[in-house]
Amino acid sequence: MSENNIKMNGNGTHKSAGTPKIGFYVCHCGHNIASQVDVEDVQKFAAGLPGVTISRDYKYMCSDPGQELIQKDIKELGLNRIVVASCSPLLHEHTFRKAAEKAGLNPYFFHMVNIRENVSWVHDNRESATKKAKDLTRAAIQRVFFHKPLEKKSVPINPDVLIVGGGIAGITAALTIANAGKHVYLVEREPTIGGHMAMFDKTFPTLDCAACILTPKMSSVKAHPNITLWTYSEVEKVEGFVGNYKVQVKRKPRYVIEELCVGCMECIDACIYKEAKYPDEFNQKLSKRKPIYIPFPQATPQVVLFDPETCIDFKSHRCKKTCIESCDRKAIDLKQVPEYKDINVGTVILSTGFKTYNAELSPQYGYGKYPNVYTSLEIERLVNASGPTSGEIVTRDGIKPKSVGIIHCVGSRDQKAHKWCSKVCCMYSLKLAHLIKEHTDAEVYNFYIDMRTPGKGYEEFYDKLMTEGVHFVRGRVAEVSDWALVPEEENKLTIRVEDTMVGMVRRIPVDMVVLAVGLEPREDAGDMRRLFNISCSNEGWFLERHPKLAPVNTFTDGIFIAGACQGPKDIPDSVAQAGAAAAEVLSLISAGSIELEPNTAFITEDNCSGCKSCIPICPYTAISYNEGTKKAYINEALCKGCGTCVAACPSGSITQNLFDDEEIFSEIDGLLKFAGIELEETEAEHA
Amino acid sequence: MKYIYYPGCSLKSTGRVYEESLLSVMDVLNIDYKELDDWNCCGATAYMAVDDRKAYVLAARNLALAEEQMKNEPEVNIIAPCAACFMVLLKTQKFLEENPEDKAAVVAALKESGLNYTGRAKVRHPLDVLVNDYGEAEIIKRITKPLKGIRVASYYGCQTVRPYSVFDDQRNPETMDRLMKAAGAEVVDWSMKTRCCGASLTGTVQDVALPLSYVIVHEAKKRRADAVATACPLCQFNLECYQTDMNSKFKSDLKIDVLYFTQLLGIALGIEPKKLGMNRLFTEPENLYKILEGGNRVYV
Repeated sequence: MSENNIKMNGNGTHKSAGTPKIGFYVCHCGHNIASQVDVEDVQKFAAGLPGVTISRDYKYMCSDPGQELIQKDIKELGLNRIVVASCSPLLHEHTFRKAAEKAGLNPYFFHMVNIRENVSWVHDNRESATKKAKDLTRAAIQRVFFHKPLEKKSVPINPDVLIVGGGIAGITAALTIANAGKHVYLVEREPTIGGHMAMFDKTFPTLDCAACILTPKMSSVKAHPNITLWTYSEVEKVEGFVGNYKVQVKRKPRYVIEELCVGCMECIDACIYKEAKYPDEFNQKLSKRKPIYIPFPQATPQVVLFDPETCIDFKSHRCKKTCIESCDRKAIDLKQVPEYKDINVGTVILSTGFKTYNAELSPQYGYGKYPNVYTSLEIERLVNASGPTSGEIVTRDGIKPKSVGIIHCVGSRDQKAHKWCSKVCCMYSLKLAHLIKEHTDAEVYNFYIDMRTPGKGYEEFYDKLMTEGVHFVRGRVAEVSDWALVPEEENKLTIRVEDTMVGMVRRIPVDMVVLAVGLEPREDAGDMRRLFNISCSNEGWFLERHPKLAPVNTFTDGIFIAGACQGPKDIPDSVAQAGAAAAEVLSLISAGSIELEPNTAFITEDNCSGCKSCIPICPYTAISYNEGTKKAYINEALCKGCGTCVAACPSGSITQNLFDDEEIFSEIDGLLKFAGIELEETEAEHA
Repeated sequence: MKYIYYPGCSLKSTGRVYEESLLSVMDVLNIDYKELDDWNCCGATAYMAVDDRKAYVLAARNLALAEEQMKNEPEVNIIAPCAACFMVLLKTQKFLEENPEDKAAVVAALKESGLNYTGRAKVRHPLDVLVNDYGEAEIIKRITKPLKGIRVASYYGCQTVRPYSVFDDQRNPETMDRLMKAAGAEVVDWSMKTRCCGASLTGTVQDVALPLSYVIVHEAKKRRADAVATACPLCQFNLECYQTDMNSKFKSDLKIDVLYFTQLLGIALGIEPKKLGMNRLFTEPENLYKILEGGNRVYV
């Protein structure tokens, strides 16, 4: 096949439908291309290639006059193939295809050569760069000979939306979309929505109460007619493609019928455990709960749940079941099993949040070893009025601390842990410093590397803290230890740090240490990534399509991300992203349908042997096996045109539009001419 | 498994107690070893500071000798009990592995004296050998006089697990604690395990060194330890012999037994005190003997 092609091209007799009349346009891109590539030379070179009717160079091909140039030539010269040598197709392929289409040409007769990112920006020898530009041009011109007209497919969009994760990002996105009249399924893994924000006491920099601004939104979600709220639930399966996703959600058993329970909590009082004795997850295990519990007073939905790990009846079946007796609404059902819900949605927003760094992995700070070393999330609960101490800040011995050290960047900006800055810790440490000072009047020390307070009102908050008498020590803490060098350190935790402002090592004894733990991806972010077929960065954060221009899109159409699952983010940023994701979703829904690129693969059924080797390798699960015909079948809507199956098919029965053999081999032939491979052959044939 | 034993200078002089007790323990446990023939000083930290390449040759010579003398064994396991020797041998191996140019120079220098250095020797600490090769379960079987009622503070010193933590955790090592538990002692949980004892500064800048060893003894005492177990000749010396100086400088009244972990293990294995070098200690471990006899502590 390849030999045939090269020979044919060598003879200059191309096998193509109709006589190609190619228009070639090379762009200066101001100085971007012209400074490294002799654009006029490329233009003249192309003019001499077979099939080229017109060859031009222009300062900015993407400008309106540039596009009009192409359109005018199509009409006046009857061009039926267009090649533009300019920047990356990612930037302007769409522009030029549209221009060609406007002039009446099928847009897939257009092809683009990247002589900016691939040539002028990466080479410093003008002569060689020009030569490379010519080679790429020849390859493209030989390629378009074999281009065929293709049609875009349009698929309708299901207007229902799935949102995974009911923290502040998920809640915001759900309310925005539901208020626009669209139906939302909000799936949350925990028994209540609210996420991390529900655990906080105050929010920086305004110090408004987190619960006061969050719980009304939680209630609105619960009450909204357009929102189906499934808490204590997880997404199990996802199939389909943009506009038409089929999703299965597992509703874990609470052993309480959600519709019947009114949250009166009589059953909790009635539990045969008179004392709560199991660690309370919501309070960071600083307090105890019973086997039947409600995470916190404003939990939404206001429904109790059983923990089968600790409930006697699940372990021995010998409980008196006083809880069931106490419920006059008969809401308790200890035989409940997981329920699986199948739903169809058109778009998905992932807002699965973050987890905090495990401070035990930085043993120099003594977390898990010294009882009075706390994480910031534990302090959030301690200082919270609905927390384990009703807002009293006390050490584990029950003593109000006289001195507290807050250590910044625990797990962040650390070559041994995470290299990234977690972005929120400086500000929440300042907030905690303020609250601790306010609640205890202790001496509060902040140990920081750099204070990072960009944000509206953030630097002002830092200024305010400095006037409140909070101490700031610039230096990374070396160690927290319990041994005493001098009598003042006896029975204290001593923080050893190099104070880089005074240039000496200091030892500061304190009663309580707070570790400002950084943010990291959830441990199952990788599973989520595979489930929804999106990408993660090396660190494990969900990857956006473009860090600046498509921050909530993913590489999978119809799947969006919002909040800290994409990277460390504070509440304002998470809410802004949630709004953006909601807008993206609504824009797709409003369009009603979506056009799919036609560069998909298809199967020539006559040649398919039904070996199924293409099915498992498709990264988009686009290929299925038809038991009736014993042939493979490619769902065009799912196919992303990656070409993996084309290469893998043993019988060569898979072809990909825009990348068929003729096109590829002709392009390769055009490219290889620089090495003289084809020229020699031609000469030999001529001779 | 057969080991080759590299004593280093200390274990033949100030640290003689360490050698006597270690070899007695290995004999009782039937651990097969022979002393490295024609060994030389490891160079310690001093020579490294003067001329590092020559220092590496010095240390590498011992490793090359071990390779030569163990050439019929499947593995070259060289036991280096002194913390400084152990660290210097590991450092030499790592440095030569990472710097091919220096390695070539060192190999060439050793070749002059007919030695071949490849770097295949495994540098082993006695703690590593006893816990990971021999195993606590086997040791427990051979304990005849368990250290009942003795509270031991295991002190590893700064070089045993740092900077190279080849066999134990860098910040909270546990092998010595496990051995002491196997010997029947109660171990004290403390955060001084790898803190510097002052090292050679006790002999040069005592103002700096003395507070360092003082806090270790002070913290051990505070946690009601009866003995500090060490694995380094210098640590043992600093903590045991300067207690009077510490007391006068810090106006304290500290007294605690400081022994090599091999001595404590040896007692539990029923080895007679003389073979463990107990007679060579500066201060007689009266408390230890009293508690083992079932009596009351002489000093608290």
